[in-house]
Amino acid sequence: MASEPTAARPPHDSTNHGLRVIVAWLVLSAIATPLIVIFVGHLIPPGDASTQGTEQVFDNTWMLGIITPILCLLAVFFFYGLRSFHAAPGSAVVDGPPLRNDSRIQILWIVITSTMVLFLAGFGTYELLQNGAGGGQGPNPIAVPAGHKMQVQVIGQQWQFTYRYPSLGNIESNQLVLPADTYVELHVTSLDVVHSFWAYELGVKADANPGTDNVAFVRTKGPGTFHVRCAELCGLWHGYMFNNGRVVDSAQFQSWASQAKKTYASIKPFMDKPESQGGAPFSHIYLPAPDRRAG
Amino acid sequence: MTAAAAAPPKPWWHQLLGFNLLTGVILGVGGWYVGWFGAHAIAGPSVDYFGDIDYNELSIYLAYIGGVVGFLVGLGFFNYPIARMRGYPPSLREKETHGWIRYFSLCTDHKVVGIQYLWGIGLFFFIGGLNAMLIRTEQLSPHSQSFPMGTYLTLVGMHGTMMMGMMTSGILGPFANYLIPIMIGARRMAFPRIEALTFWILMAAGGVLTTTIFFGGFPTGWTGYPPLQTEASPGMDNYILFFALVGVSMTLLGLNMIATILTMRAPGLTWTRLPIFAWGVLSTSVLMVLAAPVLIAVLCMGALDRTAQTSFFNAAAGGSNYLYENLFWVFGHPEVYILALPGFAIVLELLPVFARKPLWGYRLAVAGLLGVSLLSWFVWQHHLFVSGINGDLRPFYMLSTELISIPTGFTFLCGMMTLWRGNIRFSVPMLFCLAWFFNFLFGGLSGVFLSDVPSDVTTHGSFFSMAHFHYTIMGGLVFTFFAAIYYWVPKMTGWQLNERLGKIHFWTMFIFFNSTFAPLFAAGFLGQSRRTPVYTGNLKFLNDWVSISAFLLGISMLIFLFNLVWSLAFVKKPAEANPWASRSIEFQLPSPVPVHNFDRIPVFSGDPYGYGEGPTPHWVPAGQPAGRE
Repeated sequence: MASEPTAARPPHDSTNHGLRVIVAWLVLSAIATPLIVIFVGHLIPPGDASTQGTEQVFDNTWMLGIITPILCLLAVFFFYGLRSFHAAPGSAVVDGPPLRNDSRIQILWIVITSTMVLFLAGFGTYELLQNGAGGGQGPNPIAVPAGHKMQVQVIGQQWQFTYRYPSLGNIESNQLVLPADTYVELHVTSLDVVHSFWAYELGVKADANPGTDNVAFVRTKGPGTFHVRCAELCGLWHGYMFNNGRVVDSAQFQSWASQAKKTYASIKPFMDKPESQGGAPFSHIYLPAPDRRAG
Repeated sequence: MTAAAAAPPKPWWHQLLGFNLLTGVILGVGGWYVGWFGAHAIAGPSVDYFGDIDYNELSIYLAYIGGVVGFLVGLGFFNYPIARMRGYPPSLREKETHGWIRYFSLCTDHKVVGIQYLWGIGLFFFIGGLNAMLIRTEQLSPHSQSFPMGTYLTLVGMHGTMMMGMMTSGILGPFANYLIPIMIGARRMAFPRIEALTFWILMAAGGVLTTTIFFGGFPTGWTGYPPLQTEASPGMDNYILFFALVGVSMTLLGLNMIATILTMRAPGLTWTRLPIFAWGVLSTSVLMVLAAPVLIAVLCMGALDRTAQTSFFNAAAGGSNYLYENLFWVFGHPEVYILALPGFAIVLELLPVFARKPLWGYRLAVAGLLGVSLLSWFVWQHHLFVSGINGDLRPFYMLSTELISIPTGFTFLCGMMTLWRGNIRFSVPMLFCLAWFFNFLFGGLSGVFLSDVPSDVTTHGSFFSMAHFHYTIMGGLVFTFFAAIYYWVPKMTGWQLNERLGKIHFWTMFIFFNSTFAPLFAAGFLGQSRRTPVYTGNLKFLNDWVSISAFLLGISMLIFLFNLVWSLAFVKKPAEANPWASRSIEFQLPSPVPVHNFDRIPVFSGDPYGYGEGPTPHWVPAGQPAGRE
C-alpha cells in the first residue's frame, strides 16, 4: 500500500525485458502459426467424407491458428521469465520491485482477449448457421440447408441403431447406407434411454432422446465407409453399440434399396402389428414422427 | 472433594465412550436397519420391483436416511438443540475436547475441522484415484476384459462422482475452514456447529456412495441421466443420496463462508485489503449456495421417479429427460467453477510470496474471480449442444462460453505480471502453482474447441472432452490442492514436509499427468467415445501409453502419501513459524496456532502483499482481547 514506507529495492534493472518478450513472441508466432496451420490443420478429424466434416476441419484449423499465438506467448513468457527472474538457490530472500499495477497493460489485455473471443463466437455462429455443422438441432432446426434432402430416421435403443427410410417405403435396416453426393436429413430418436448417434467420419453427432425428434443435416461426398457409435452412456452394453455405415454411388444404392425392400417385405406384417397380436416386439412403441417438443 | 486432584488417569479407551465417530458409526448402522425394516413395514412388497430380491427402493432411501441421522446423533449434533429446548443458555462452542479424540468427534474449533477435512477428503480422493487406476487397467485392452461391463461402469461412475462430489470441498473444506477466520482476523467461523456438520455430512455421504457396490453399483456415470437413471439397479439410489448429501454440505459450507467473510472481518480489513484467497472463497461460496439446491431438487425428482412412480423425466408419461439435463447442468457448470475458482485463488495467493512481489492488479484479479463466478451461470447449455434441445440458443451459449475466457484471462494476466521481474524461488508450492499455468492453459484452450458448436460436434462426448476437464480440474484444482498442502500443512500441523520428496512428487506428478492426459486429446479426436472400455484397435497404442502413464501417476501419489505419513508421523521435524517468509497473517502467528487464534484481534492497515514495500506489517494486534465473544 502507498501508506507503507518503501524499502531499499534491489538495483534497478534497465534491460527492456518487455520488448524482448514481445519481439520473441512475435517472431515465434509468425513462424509457428503457419507451420501448425499447414502441417497439423489437415490432420484434424473428422476428415473429408462429408461437407460438414470438411467444414469442421476448416473450423478446427482456424481455431488452432488462433490459439497457437496464445501458446507461444505463454511459452515465451515463462521460458524468459523463469530464466531471468529467479533467485539463486539458497540465497537470502530479497524482495522484488513493488509493481502493483499498470492500467495500460490491463486495457490492452482486455481489448485483445475480448476481440479474440468475439471473433471466435462470430466465426462459430457463422459456421453453425450455414447448415448446423452436422450437430443435432432438435425438432425445430434453425439452420436448414436449401434443396432436396433425403430423410432417414435413426432409432436408438439398447443397444443398437435402426435406420428407417421413408423415401423407400418406410423400410428398416440395421445398416446405414447412404447415396453419395446427397443431402441427408437425419431424424434421430430413441425407444428407451438417451443415446447419441455419432457418425464419426461424416461429422455428425445427435443425441437420441425418447419422444423427441432430433434433426441433423449432412451432405455426403464420394463413396466410402464410416463408423457409427453411441456417444452417450446408455447402460450395460453402451461400449458395443457401434456399427459401420456405407456411402455408395447412386446405382449401388438403388440395388441395395431394392434388395432391402425384398428383405423387409417378409417382416413388414409383423412390424405393422402390435406385439399382443403376434407382431414384432417393440415395433408399436415409437412414433414415426415423435413429438415436436424438446427443452 | 480432595480426591479429584489425585484421581488416577483414566484408561485410553475411556475417551471412546460418549459422542464421537465410533458412537456415530454404531448408531449409524443401527439407524440404517431401523430405516430398512421401517420401510419394509410401511411399503412391504407393494413397491418391490425386484421380485424375489429382498429390498425395494424405498427401503434403501429410508435405510440410508436413518443411517445418516443415527451417525449425526452419535456424533452429538442433536445434543445442543435438545439442550436448548430444555432451557439451557445458548453457547457458541461445544465442550472443549483435547487430544486426538477431538479429530474424531464434533469439534467447533475451525482449525480442527480444517484438519479433519484434509484427511477425510484425502481418504476419498485416494479411493477415487484407485477407481481411476482400475479404469485404466481395463483400458489396456480394446475390449471388455478385466472387469464385467457393469463393474466397469460402476468404477467410472464412482470415480467421477467421488471426485466431483468430494473434491468440491477439496480446498474450501480444509483450507478455507482453517484459514479464512485467521486471514480475516476472527477467532471462529460464523456458525461453528454448521461448520462441523458440513464435514460429517460429507463423510456420511462418502459412506453412502462407497456402499453402492452392495446394491449393484450404478451405470450412469457422474451425470446420472434419466431414463437410464430411472431404470437403473438399486445402487443408483446411493448415487442420488450421495449427491443430495453433498449438496446439503456444500450449501451449508458456502453459507457459513459467506456469513463469516461478510460479517466477521477485523477492523480495517476493507474489501480492497482482503486476501485474494478470501475473494476466491467468497466467489466460490456464492456459487455453492446457489447451485447446490438445484442439484438437491433435481435429485429429489429422480428419487420420486424411482420410488413413487412420478414422471418428471419419463417422456412416455409426459415428462422430459431434458428437464433433468437442464437442471443438472444448471448446477453442473457452476460446479466445475466451484472446483476451479479456489485453484485460481490459491495461485494468486501464493505467487506474491514466492515471486517476492505484490499481487499485480488486485482489483482486476478480484474482477476475474467474480466475473467467472457470474458468467458460469450462463453457459450450461453448451453441455447440450447436440442433445436435440431446441437449438435457437446455441449461438448465445457459444458466445457466453467463450466470454468466460475473458475473466479467466484476468487471472492469467495478474499471475504472470506478479511473476514479472520478481525474485522467484522454486519451492515446492511454487512449482505446483507454475504447473497450474501450464495445465490450465491447455485445459482452457481445448475448451475453445468444445465451446464452438461445429468443433463440438466431433469432440462432444469423446475422450477429448474428458481430457479437457481433467486438464482443468486435475490440472487446475488438484495441483493447487497440493500447492496448498505443501504451503500450509507445515503451519497447520507444526511439522515440516520433506522438501526433496516434495520435489520428486511434483516432477513425477507433472510429467505423468501430462503424459496421461495429453494423448487423450488425440484419442478423442480420433473417435474414442467416453465411458466405454471398447475402442477401435488403432487406438491401442495411445491407450496403453496412457494407462502406463496413469499407473506412474498413481505411484507419484504414493510418493506424496509416503512423504505425508513419514514427515508427520515419524520424522516430526518442527516447522518454523514462517517457513516461506510470507507476509500473510497466518504465518505471523505461533505454530501451532493457539485455539483462540489471536490474543488481541488484529487491526489491518493494508493488504498482505506488501513485498518490497518495507518491513512494516499490514496489521497490529490492537483490537478486542481474547475471551470476549
